[in-house]
Amino acid sequence: MAEFIMPSLGADMTAGILAKWRVAVGDTVSHGDIIAEVETDKGLIEVEVFESGVVERLLVEEGEKVPVGTVLAEIGAESAAAAESPRKADASHRPRGALAPSPAHRAGSTGPAAAPGSIISAGSSDVDLDGPLASPAVRRRAHELDVPLEGVQGSGEHGRITLDDVQGVAQGGAAPAPSSDRIRISPYARRIATERGVDVSQIRGTGPGGAIQANDVLSARVPEPRKSMPAAERMQRAIAAAMTRANDEIPHYYVEHSIDMGRALAWLRETNASLSVSQRLVSGVLVLRAVAHALRKHKKLNATWQGGEAVPSAGIHVGLAVSLRGGGLVAPALRNTDEGSLSDLMARMTDLVARSRAGVLRSSELTSSTITLTSLGERGVESVTPIIFPPQVAIVGCGATLERPWVVEGQVVPRPIMRVTLGADHRVSSGHQGARFLSTLDRLLQDPEKL
Amino acid sequence: MTLDISRDQALDLLRDMIRIRRLEEKSAELYSKQKIRGFLHLYIGEEAVGVGAMHALREDDNIVATYREHGHALIRGIPACEIMAEMYGKANGCSGGRGGSMHLFSAKRRFYGGHAIVGGGLPIAVGLALADKMKGESRVTACFFGDGATDEGEFHESLNLAALWKLPVLFLCENNEYAMGTALYRHVSDRDIANNPPAYGIPADSVNGMDVVAVERAVHNEAELVRETSQPRFLELKTYRFRAHSMYDAELYRSKEEVEEHKKQDPIENFQARAISDGLVTQADIDAIEADAAKEIAEAIEFAEHGEWEPVEDITRHTYARDLS
Amino acid sequence: MTTYRDAVRTALQTLLREDSRVFLMGEDVGRYGGPYAVSKSLLKEFGEERVRDTPLCESTFVGAGIGAAVGGMRPIVEVMTVNFSLLALDQVVNNAAVMRHMSGGQFEVPIAVRMATGGGKQLAAQHSHSLENWYAHIPGIKVLAPATVQDAHDMLLAAVEDPDPVFVFEHQMLYGIEGPLDTEATPPSPWKAAVRRPGTDVSLIAYGGSVHKALTAAEELEKAGMSAEVIDLRSLRPLDRETILQSVSHTHRAVVIDEAWKTGSLASEISAILAEDAFYELDAPVARVCTLEVPIPYAKHLEEAAIPQVDRIVEAAKRTVGDG
Repeated sequence: MAEFIMPSLGADMTAGILAKWRVAVGDTVSHGDIIAEVETDKGLIEVEVFESGVVERLLVEEGEKVPVGTVLAEIGAESAAAAESPRKADASHRPRGALAPSPAHRAGSTGPAAAPGSIISAGSSDVDLDGPLASPAVRRRAHELDVPLEGVQGSGEHGRITLDDVQGVAQGGAAPAPSSDRIRISPYARRIATERGVDVSQIRGTGPGGAIQANDVLSARVPEPRKSMPAAERMQRAIAAAMTRANDEIPHYYVEHSIDMGRALAWLRETNASLSVSQRLVSGVLVLRAVAHALRKHKKLNATWQGGEAVPSAGIHVGLAVSLRGGGLVAPALRNTDEGSLSDLMARMTDLVARSRAGVLRSSELTSSTITLTSLGERGVESVTPIIFPPQVAIVGCGATLERPWVVEGQVVPRPIMRVTLGADHRVSSGHQGARFLSTLDRLLQDPEKL
Repeated sequence: MTLDISRDQALDLLRDMIRIRRLEEKSAELYSKQKIRGFLHLYIGEEAVGVGAMHALREDDNIVATYREHGHALIRGIPACEIMAEMYGKANGCSGGRGGSMHLFSAKRRFYGGHAIVGGGLPIAVGLALADKMKGESRVTACFFGDGATDEGEFHESLNLAALWKLPVLFLCENNEYAMGTALYRHVSDRDIANNPPAYGIPADSVNGMDVVAVERAVHNEAELVRETSQPRFLELKTYRFRAHSMYDAELYRSKEEVEEHKKQDPIENFQARAISDGLVTQADIDAIEADAAKEIAEAIEFAEHGEWEPVEDITRHTYARDLS
Repeated sequence: MTTYRDAVRTALQTLLREDSRVFLMGEDVGRYGGPYAVSKSLLKEFGEERVRDTPLCESTFVGAGIGAAVGGMRPIVEVMTVNFSLLALDQVVNNAAVMRHMSGGQFEVPIAVRMATGGGKQLAAQHSHSLENWYAHIPGIKVLAPATVQDAHDMLLAAVEDPDPVFVFEHQMLYGIEGPLDTEATPPSPWKAAVRRPGTDVSLIAYGGSVHKALTAAEELEKAGMSAEVIDLRSLRPLDRETILQSVSHTHRAVVIDEAWKTGSLASEISAILAEDAFYELDAPVARVCTLEVPIPYAKHLEEAAIPQVDRIVEAAKRTVGDG
């Protein structure tokens, strides 16, 4: 069975109209016979068939426009007779020469353009829909630091600009947008400024239009060029700024509790016995999962403070505080900490810590935590009284799990005890709620199989 | 009137014309299947010119041709495989896949292209002849071009310069009566193209381009004169193309009747008929020739299909003698 | 001390004497002695076979030069000026530049083409073009612009020796300049730019007839307390990116002087190169000093106003360096 296809008749021909069939089903054709007329931009062209045989089927109707390469007819070997009643390209069925809308043509046409995906829901309160998505607090900060919001990449949900985003830009970090109309600075000058850790927003430019040029940067009174990496410095400053603000602005209250980790550790031992080394769980992942589950019940602690009120967070993304070599600290989020299996969570946690230490975190991880968990148990301290990372409204700090004399059913026995401290924003929750959270946490850790 | 040639000569001439015809027909098919892309200009109907001329010229002579040069290239000796592969764009093509249908080149066979600018090859031919003259070589540079080229300034400049400096160029004008879609009488002020060269002091003659024997004789005579005198000469070969200018041409500029009328002078059919009636050639010979041609083409397609694509990393090769970077 | 035109002639003589494949052809190169007196006496010394007066058919005699080069000769084609070369552009672009490529490497075109270029002699709109950038645009050919007497000599030798088509542009105002010529010394590569004057505050990048103006401007700037570095591009295709970038990396400012019209000029090309590869070195935008976007006028004061002059170069440099 040979196929007669819509031929390419020219360099830029992509489709042609089968204007007229010169054969009918059942006709015998020889190599070189004219089989059809094809309408092209240049006019009607007679088209030859390259096979010899009997026309078995005509697959395209007169007037149909089809892409080059489309099978137009089937040519059978001489002996084969057309058994089925063929679909004849009969002129009487269609006005000759009219361009009938072909299925192929229709299929190819596109409907009205689909609306661009995921419009930012205007539900978020206090959001200025007219400009970049940023809370008033963020806006205020941006103004203080003289950072134009237009150029800032928002790493929060729906592209919301966070304080960190603004902080990052102000510290001369890798802002994707150029300094826009606020800071005119030559590329060379900016490079020198970055290398020296000079804040260009503080420099007066003497170039054309007030542009900052190299000389301006070089002659600006700056502290000794620091030898440390700009990135580490930036982080330090960011932490300093955040902690200062947290201290200044958030009325912290603290609730502390001691949790008997006996059941949890026993379960852990049992479970790990049948797992390979790489799959083994650590107690930290139990605490992590327990905190996440507890937050399902105590939603007030899983929120962010925006523009004067607490906005409940949609998901539970516990930020894990990870200390870095060189003195840095990051608290990247384990997204949806409450979902998936424990071993999944373990794998994710391990990966996150590794990437934190390697410095390859995604910006969404850095800015989407809804609460933070800081475990200083490995350092051997009993407890920690942590400061909340704004704009979160709570933070959980754990100390080491230590053997302590404990009273169980009237007897003094050694038990592995972990002290947990909840620091929370008193504008959002009170001691009562905090206490209940810790109770829940305790209860969850007594039932580790359910985590 | 019998053909005044031997059986061997008859077979050679017929074989070569049929080889071109079948190659061109197959190229058309491959083009419609998008194996060959870009532009494709078929020589169907004009075979007697290419064959007669190539038989008349020496291996050592230079050839400059146009974009309708598959036939010239084939009979000159560029293997069908390499021509086909070149049209496919494969690296084993005669121009390394860099040229395509319009730019077939072969240094080995002194085939200097394959030119797509109408008239653009004439100065090159003049230059090749100049070099040969300065080196004391006795070559002829045969320059093929169409009637359209006689409109271009370079045609007149080249005739003038070749005559002035007495350069051994044989100007061969394949007059197929159309410059793409414009008939002769609509693009030249003097329909007798052979009137141009004498204005520059170059003797000109005309020959029936549909008669392969006549072409062979005429080109041979002219070439020998060029060789002897080391001066340019001009031969107009009156021919006709049975197909469109190129594949994508609706031929709105001429009637089907006109084409049919000219097909009566099909160089292959007529020569074949005469050769048979003169007893030089039998139907068995023809069948064998057709079978060989089919085989040659099938092998050419195989060669092309299996050819490699030049690696993209090599793209800067052949821009300069040495990569500049 | 030799003149630029004499230096070119010396090179021609050397080539014609030492290589029998070499011959010169062009309009009035023989009996007339060359429109710029470059080929004076050559016809007498080498005869009509080697020094050929051509009819007025730029397209065909350039094409014939190409054909002769393909056929094994080393022709030097003189096109009287770049203004007339337009008639031959098809042969240049569609034959000289692409033969090697189209033939898959089978044929090469070792042709050298010399042309006078530029304005400044009140020769009006049809005789004052600077179209080096049109040639420098085409892959497959090379373009040289000798600005000194030494380069006028050395570059022609290199052009003829090169297996690729090489176009040498001789600015018509330079034919009479004088300078040292050492025919024995090993010439530097023609494909490299030269630092004609080292400096620290701004790079003045120029070629051909503009180089001397740039040098004069540099002297004036020195009096004003600015240290300008002058780069002579020498080769327009390929452009010596390395030297350009090195210069701007230590001056951090660039002014490009180009007698062509600014739009689509080589100055634009160099600006783009600096933006791509020296962005973080630039302390000011790149300035371009080019001919005003007008056909070159005949009246002297208008022609002077149109074509880049020393004062415009100085002004651009000062603006670029700024008060800082």
